[in-house]
Amino acid sequence: MSFIPHTEDEKHQMLAAIGVKQIDDLFDEVPGALKDPDLKALPESQPEMLVHRNMQALAAEDQGYINFIGAGAYEHFIPAAVWDIVGRGEFMTAYTPYQAEASQGTLQLIYEYQTMMAELTGMEVSNASMYDGGSALAEACLMAVRAQRKKAHRKILMPGTLNPSYAQVSKNMTFRQKIELVTLPWSSEAGITDRDQLEKIEGGGFDALVIAQPNFFGQLEDVNVLTDWAHSQGALVIAVVNPLSLALLNPPGSWGEKGADIVVGEGQPLGVPLSGGGPYFGFMCCRQSIVRQLPGRIVGRTKDLNGNTGYTLTLQAREQHIRRSKATSNICTNQGLAVTAATIYMSLMGAQGLREVAEASVLNTQRVVSALDSIGLKPRFQGPRFHEVVVQTPREATGLINEAAQHGVLAGLSFGEPFTQLKNDLLLCATETKTASDIEKLVQVLSACI
Amino acid sequence: MLIFKKSKKNRRAKSLSLANHEVFSDPRSTLSDLIPAAFLRSDKPALPEVSELQTVRHYTRLSRKNFSIDTNFYPLGSCTMKYNPRGAHRAAMLPGFLEHHPLAPECASQGLMSALYQLQEWLGVVTGMGAVSLSPMAGAQGEFAGVAMIKAYHDARNDTQRTEILVPTAAHGTNPATAIMCGYQVREIPVLDSGDVDLAALHKALGPQTAGLMLTNPSTCGVFERSILEISAAVHEAGGLLYYDGANLNAILGQARPGDMGFDVLHLNLHKTFATPHGGGGPGAGPVAAGERLAPYLPTPRVIKHDDGYSWQMPNDGDPSIGRLSAFMGNVGVLLRAYYYANVLGRSGMKQVAEYATLNANYLMKRLADEGFALAYPDRRATHEFIISFQKEAKTLGVTAMDFAKRLLDFGFHAPTTYFPLLIPECWLIEPTETETLAEMDRFVEALVTIRKEAEEDAEKLKTAPHTLPVRRLDDVRAARELDLVYKEHT
Repeated sequence: MSFIPHTEDEKHQMLAAIGVKQIDDLFDEVPGALKDPDLKALPESQPEMLVHRNMQALAAEDQGYINFIGAGAYEHFIPAAVWDIVGRGEFMTAYTPYQAEASQGTLQLIYEYQTMMAELTGMEVSNASMYDGGSALAEACLMAVRAQRKKAHRKILMPGTLNPSYAQVSKNMTFRQKIELVTLPWSSEAGITDRDQLEKIEGGGFDALVIAQPNFFGQLEDVNVLTDWAHSQGALVIAVVNPLSLALLNPPGSWGEKGADIVVGEGQPLGVPLSGGGPYFGFMCCRQSIVRQLPGRIVGRTKDLNGNTGYTLTLQAREQHIRRSKATSNICTNQGLAVTAATIYMSLMGAQGLREVAEASVLNTQRVVSALDSIGLKPRFQGPRFHEVVVQTPREATGLINEAAQHGVLAGLSFGEPFTQLKNDLLLCATETKTASDIEKLVQVLSACI
Repeated sequence: MLIFKKSKKNRRAKSLSLANHEVFSDPRSTLSDLIPAAFLRSDKPALPEVSELQTVRHYTRLSRKNFSIDTNFYPLGSCTMKYNPRGAHRAAMLPGFLEHHPLAPECASQGLMSALYQLQEWLGVVTGMGAVSLSPMAGAQGEFAGVAMIKAYHDARNDTQRTEILVPTAAHGTNPATAIMCGYQVREIPVLDSGDVDLAALHKALGPQTAGLMLTNPSTCGVFERSILEISAAVHEAGGLLYYDGANLNAILGQARPGDMGFDVLHLNLHKTFATPHGGGGPGAGPVAAGERLAPYLPTPRVIKHDDGYSWQMPNDGDPSIGRLSAFMGNVGVLLRAYYYANVLGRSGMKQVAEYATLNANYLMKRLADEGFALAYPDRRATHEFIISFQKEAKTLGVTAMDFAKRLLDFGFHAPTTYFPLLIPECWLIEPTETETLAEMDRFVEALVTIRKEAEEDAEKLKTAPHTLPVRRLDDVRAARELDLVYKEHT
């Protein structure tokens, strides 16, 4: 089976036009030793009807759980219009908009997206997206070092309260360029960065401070103090934020006296389904003054020959296809279609709609806190939080989660490295999608399993 | 018109409002009890305030301003714009996949993991490599993984003098940019007039400082690298490793395997070879496959099969793996589409992909040559793509390859890749792919013949093209000089 349209007649007509007898003759420049590879282990072709049935069965196997996991990927309601429009072939099956005149749909949409992200984050500019939140943070670290130019110390301070996967990705993508990531201590009582420890590292010597808001535990950091402290040390501030939270929380552009310098995060909460971990998109915004250090595609508004408005990829001299080894990054493909979804989602919801989703998630998580309190499960940290909470349990959390799953509930995430002291704790999230009966079920199952 | 201009204060898609959500009627907790005002934003972000119909109509209309495979022949060289099966899209959008949280326990993820495991296995077979990691999210990230693995291998052997990655001058820009991101220096190797890598120059460049060579085969010149076995032997002899850039794998799928050519590691662009949609610039998926020497260094997570099911291989301290490159498990939705495609094609279908992609490219090349267009490599077979040059037309008629490209848009064809590879002046890289019909390619040839006639009679018509699209030729210089990246007039 294939998607090849040729009839036998056409094939022969084409071979005759080329002047060869058979298709195999077109491979005569391939060394004989390489031909006819052993492909026995590949499957036999199947009709689409059967492939679809098999995949339906696989999908159904994992379906039907009530989900209380967050930890960087969040279950939100996605209005039907979002993916109906995203699924239009004109968006879905276009390439990167290299021929601007034939890509105005995608380009204008990205310009609108850049505007919306700048609004949400309180920053001046945005790029057209990165792969995901983790890799966007890694690129932000590289960008901060470039922006410091000759003053660069090649050292970045990372909060100990950061999503550990983000910390790993950042390390894996930067250490070969001799950039050191230093982890800041956090308060085990408050679950936020320990301000008292900052004094010990005063005196500069680092290029940027990363601030996660909310942090991996769902707790809110004292972002104003941290931002001003970093700036007083000559460092830039890289904010890692949940974009949905910005409908409610102070945007990074307004943190402290001067605001954050670079803002990144995972865009998935804005209309992108969980989908097993991707495709999502990373967003990346910054001050206009360092836009030339920003990696990835950027869309600009311009004029055409007649003086009418149009949109095009711009500042391409930063990019690998022009600058090759001197590019700001090797990134080429980004996550255009997920950005399309986010743009439509933000249009549909508006600031008020996003605020309601954020607020309902905060309140729902509080309902989980109260409900679990009634069976003796207390939050690990006090203090304000967004829509996640660390809850202490009397048993090892991984086993507890597996057992809860047998009863149809995904009861949060257990902690691994570097949070082994939290091995009995659950990281739980209740977005706006959860009802009182969902929460009741969580309480029932957990009280039976602990 | 921008969506912001359709906005009206206090308008919204009311049916999506959560004002009546049960949480808001619970008097025990209100937002102000939970989050102190100091943390809250004082302004409202200026997002559009529009109805659902306004949104639907706006973005539906915008979509119609795009060329896409679903609407136009899109022979963009090195990008493999083939048909993206709708069935694959539907299967990847099944609720059980869409609602699946990436951190769900393994016991609640076995369906998804079995599909991913199977895909890992098949990609290993079709590339001739032992082991596969699906996690890189695009080709360039796959490249990064591959070169990082080469570095990890040398480092593990304390072979730290190897500081250089060799890259042919025709390579994709991602290759040298990736080598730099991995902490290497780049040395470029020239390409001969025949389109093959200059073997003598390669031999001269190889030495104890060589960490590896990055190569695309077929190359971006649209020809098969005939000396590939000599090249891989020479690089290995010097102690270096070989990276295969899988951008052009569509040309040899099921016909020849990078593993058999001597490559140690490679990435695949599933959004090219395995027909997953490009989405207007992503998402892609760039799985990495490695031979025996580099397999231990593959990025995580990977799916491991046991007697009683599947588990994730996660990065641990002390593992040789280069670790994770994304927060979760890669672009799973893209991987599922590739899984569907691989199932439908099977062994025989995969072999046909390369056969008919090559047939189409050679046919189109012959037709254009017969019409007098200049081939960059007239003595070579086309692979899945080929290069023509407008150098002659630029000199005699004063119209550039870009002028031809812009005028082609008026005929309803997306332009081929222009000005790449950089070493062929005034070039187009043309890749028709296997899913186009003979008739479509014939129409493309007719259009080009017509345009050349126009160039001879009225060059202005090309220089001011396009004429029939939503906008006329755009001013790129102005875009870069008077940076306007964010709409501000609405606030």
